[in-house]
Amino acid sequence: MHLVFYLSTMLSFIFRRLWLSALVCLTVLVISFMLTHLSGDLAASIAGPNATAADIAIITKNYGLDRPLVVQFFDWAGHVAEGDLGRSYLFHVPVSGLIRERLPVTLALGLTGLIIAMLIALPLGIIAAMREGSAIDRGIMLIALLGQAVPGFWLGLLLIVLFGLNLQWLPISGIDTWKGYIMPGFVLAFSAIPALMRLTRSGMIEALCADYIRTARAKGLSTTTIVLKHALRNAAMPVVSITAVQLGFMLGGSVVTESVFAVPGVGYLAWESITKNDFPVVQAVVLFLAVIYIALALLADMMNALLDPRLRI
Amino acid sequence: MKTADDTQPLWRRRRLPAFGRLATLLGASIVVTAFVVAIFAPYLTPYDPFAQDLNLRLVPPVWMESSHAAHLLGTDQIGRDYLSRLIYGTRISLLIGVLTVITSGLIGVTIGIVGGFYGGRVDALVMFLITCRLSIPLILVALTVVALVGSSLTVVILTLGLLLWERFAVVARTTTMQVRNLDYIAAAQAAGASRAHVLVREVLPNIASHLVVVATLEMALAILLEAALSFLGLGVPQPLPSWGLMIAEAKEYMFFSPWVIVTPGVALFILVLGINLLGDGLRDMLRTDLRHRGW
Repeated sequence: MHLVFYLSTMLSFIFRRLWLSALVCLTVLVISFMLTHLSGDLAASIAGPNATAADIAIITKNYGLDRPLVVQFFDWAGHVAEGDLGRSYLFHVPVSGLIRERLPVTLALGLTGLIIAMLIALPLGIIAAMREGSAIDRGIMLIALLGQAVPGFWLGLLLIVLFGLNLQWLPISGIDTWKGYIMPGFVLAFSAIPALMRLTRSGMIEALCADYIRTARAKGLSTTTIVLKHALRNAAMPVVSITAVQLGFMLGGSVVTESVFAVPGVGYLAWESITKNDFPVVQAVVLFLAVIYIALALLADMMNALLDPRLRI
Repeated sequence: MKTADDTQPLWRRRRLPAFGRLATLLGASIVVTAFVVAIFAPYLTPYDPFAQDLNLRLVPPVWMESSHAAHLLGTDQIGRDYLSRLIYGTRISLLIGVLTVITSGLIGVTIGIVGGFYGGRVDALVMFLITCRLSIPLILVALTVVALVGSSLTVVILTLGLLLWERFAVVARTTTMQVRNLDYIAAAQAAGASRAHVLVREVLPNIASHLVVVATLEMALAILLEAALSFLGLGVPQPLPSWGLMIAEAKEYMFFSPWVIVTPGVALFILVLGINLLGDGLRDMLRTDLRHRGW
């Protein structure tokens, strides 16, 4: 009986959550289309400031921009549904190919960032929680506060000057070797560390107050066992879900980091395309990053629901 | 448990630990100083921030060799006084911060209060809007909008204002849900107050302190985002002395004279830190306040 109940609530939760995600995807599809039509005259934007009226007319006709907006939207949306994200105005190749080419770099960078963020944030958060209210705790929270105030792109430049130029430990830009991932990965991680650290800390504080911790202590278990086996497992849930969400934010934030370090990923592609008026690419990258975020948020919710039945109602 | 302290305004209450009080005080003084500097910028600057002097390019700050005593923080690549530009930059950052927060606050608080108060389908719609907003890549969309509409201070403020409302909405929604069933709301409704009156005069003042904390967070975020947008060349246009833009312009020269990127970055860091410290302090005061009331 329990199993049936469990499965039915779980299935209904999954169904509702999938339905919501699909709706959000559709909305994002509309938004990313509308976004590039903001200027009113897309053809003039593509042609650039030096174009003549004749140039603009040719572009308008070639790209089908003279059709009603609704027709253009459904034409584009139909192609997107088939996996065709349009063609780049600049490179004259399918956008999906461009993204696929650049995606591994951005994913590798995002994962590097995530790993660095977790390696720094989790231990610090746990230590702060274990010594709640002490000078160590305050020091760690102060680091989080200081970290939040550092502009990521500026940190990147400082690192380039320090480690790239003065010490010459790491390459200044590009990703020719694995070393190229270290600085951009760290900068990307930096944005996620404060949130991750605060959440680990508050989750651990809550977990350490629970009755089962007292029981474990009464049983005479060592502090290490208690913290790592009992408290951490219970504090992990919100941390795991925010990690998924932070990865989504990191991929979105890769625009800045990749531009600073000239990392040829999706974010750099987007920035180049924006500055060069290559709007099909911009549109596609916005949609693509949004869909990745939606998928990650869905995944986080699913994991939470699996671990905590209270959330499924 | 009511104490004499409860009747005091939030900032007079003395329940914060010494460390927290000090941090909050530091934050508050940074923010106040920044506003004073921004308002009185013309009287504080030694030079016109736009005046070029091509004979005095990239003069280093006073603590370095071959500096000029007349230019405390040196000059930029076309000989503009760095200190003057930094001082005027305070205006841009604060303008962006304050106006963005007003715009996004109006949007987010309205959406959040309505969702939290009415619940049901209205709330479902509000949650949907928040989810959609969160899934949109913030910086990418802001860059695209500025690229298409054209870069100006107004465009940056409106773009960020239209994008940064979700935290206001989330907090306004949850706090409204907490107060909507309290007695004074029912009393106001029983007394025949209109819906608008209840929302604006009864609910809003009671959730306002939470919203102030969100406002500080969003202000700091808006200032950092403007700097990032300007750094990427799609924020505030030249020759305005935006700190992000100053870093972008100085980037070419950072390998020979690293200080050119250091000073504007430090200014950004101090301002954002000040706002965050103030926000954190306010939040802690609020938390002790709530605990006191038995929430």
